[in-house]
Amino acid sequence: MTVAAVSQSPSRRMWRRFLRHRLAVASLLMLATLALASLAAPLVERLLGIDANAADLFLRMQPPSAQHPLGTDELGRDLLCRLLYGGQVSLAVGLIAAVFSAIIGTAIGLVAGYAGGLADRLLMRVNDAVIALPMLPLLIVLAAVDLGKLGLPDTVVQSEHVSLYRIVVIVSLFGWNTVARLVRAETLALRQREFVRAAVALGTTPRSIMWRHILPNAVSPIIVATTLSVGQIILFESTLSFLGLGIQPPTASWGNMLTNAQEVIWSAPELAVWPGLLIFLTVIAFNFLGDGLQDALDPRALD
Amino acid sequence: MARFAAGRLLESLVVLAAMSFAVYVLIGLMPGDPIDLMISGNPKMTSEDAARLRALYGLDQPIVVRYGNWLTAALQGDFGYSRSYTQPVLDILLPRLGNSLLLMGISLAATLAIAIPLGIFAAVRPYSPADNAINLFCFAGISVPSFWFALLCIILFAVKLGWLPAGGMATVGAGSGLDPLQYLVMPVAVLTVTHVGSFTRFMRASMIQTLRQDYIRTARAKGVGPARLVVGHAFQNALLPLITIVGLSFGSLFSGALITEIMFSWLGMGKLMYDAILGNDYNLALVGLLFATAATLLGNFLADVAQVAVDPRVSFAAREATQ
Repeated sequence: MTVAAVSQSPSRRMWRRFLRHRLAVASLLMLATLALASLAAPLVERLLGIDANAADLFLRMQPPSAQHPLGTDELGRDLLCRLLYGGQVSLAVGLIAAVFSAIIGTAIGLVAGYAGGLADRLLMRVNDAVIALPMLPLLIVLAAVDLGKLGLPDTVVQSEHVSLYRIVVIVSLFGWNTVARLVRAETLALRQREFVRAAVALGTTPRSIMWRHILPNAVSPIIVATTLSVGQIILFESTLSFLGLGIQPPTASWGNMLTNAQEVIWSAPELAVWPGLLIFLTVIAFNFLGDGLQDALDPRALD
Repeated sequence: MARFAAGRLLESLVVLAAMSFAVYVLIGLMPGDPIDLMISGNPKMTSEDAARLRALYGLDQPIVVRYGNWLTAALQGDFGYSRSYTQPVLDILLPRLGNSLLLMGISLAATLAIAIPLGIFAAVRPYSPADNAINLFCFAGISVPSFWFALLCIILFAVKLGWLPAGGMATVGAGSGLDPLQYLVMPVAVLTVTHVGSFTRFMRASMIQTLRQDYIRTARAKGVGPARLVVGHAFQNALLPLITIVGLSFGSLFSGALITEIMFSWLGMGKLMYDAILGNDYNLALVGLLFATAATLLGNFLADVAQVAVDPRVSFAAREATQ
């Protein structure tokens, strides 16, 4: 290692390690582009002078044209605009649910690792059980639950965005276990370190030790696991939406666009290409990004 | 060993019992109402009749009592009737479970047959172009939505080329013989491609880990050739952690099989469960979900026990833990 490398700040070295992971950098750029394009969906609508949800049965399954750059779907709606609106939904669900499950997982991992004993054993058994379950059949049942029977008011049950909230809640409930496992392992290791024992000896409260001494040192694995889970969540969301149990039409999502595409598979197979390709690229980009972050954030990694 | 297995079995049973209650409650929360479904075709039904029916079936009782009744019957082998098939649930479920296990078994075998050599091949030349290409392929397999991949396969091989049937399990009137095989090709391929990535990456990591061990260095120093080093010395030990991963993958295999079965109209348990949930067939959905859970837990249990049985280091730790 040269003198120059030693004098660099840790964050600069992290950044340099990340930049060396070319696939991760490309993924970050692609995701940023996709996010910006999705946010610009209303603008694209305005520019093309069309409405993303306006059906025109005389213009079904049109090939690409000046007004419809990617053509139209089986109801004559503009494919590009619907893809961009679908991107808003998928990215929002993926990011929000990933953050929620990371928060739940961090809390559980911290408590299990720090408290130890019965609480630890119980929480880790629950964790094992959740990992072992056949996830998709359970998610399908959860997605089919009648919210009215849970005693939620009608205004909530019939509101436009309920399917979006429901999916975020469902995925967060089951997505916490990787983060919990990692944070617990990190907590167990950190608990034995001198600086934590010194804090204990000085009479620091457990809450403060977990919050100020352990959590900041466990941030890297949390960030990596959360990034990786965004991809998984987008896969679950699109699968549920495809099966008709996730995001409900007319709100576009990449998953439910494929449901419609499947019905016209013999007459317009090309409609199935774009939504699936975007899911695939988004998920793989989040996976590469997580992989790159793992290399960049690992303090033991060599330059 | 026996003590460890008994403890793990007990644990699995506790999880299964807890899941059975959770699933029972969830199924009760699904849309619709069994009595409404029964009386909807009969205009002469009064609300008093409906209430009487409700009491007759015990549906007016609290959920814990209903669960208790269901459990008592279930433990005696009575899982109730399917509403849409008007047959005992088990009569419908068991053949479907067989179909699912066939699909999953062939896919798992294919996955391992690809993942183990590929992972080792990548591990012995880390960060080479070949390793990077394999890594890319793994990430692609992990990231591709299985329903979309299935859709693309159907478009290419069934719609465009016409080589393979788009779905189903056998050609009507074709008799047995090799005909069912062509219906297996695409479902197995989809399930394999979406699972092979994580297995390959795991095999690669495990082999790299093993090749760093002291005993490998010793063997190399004594002049063991590279091929014999990997096959004769490292292979067995690198394979051990894979047992756990195979056990843990049962849940994900069931999930993957569900999508694959729906996409290719494969008459397995996943499709049965999905249709039951959408068709308000409460008993069938409930028992199907519990069978999937039980099969998954059994897979995990067997993997844990196998791990202890074959790895003396783990079995020692397990003995320590139970004492």
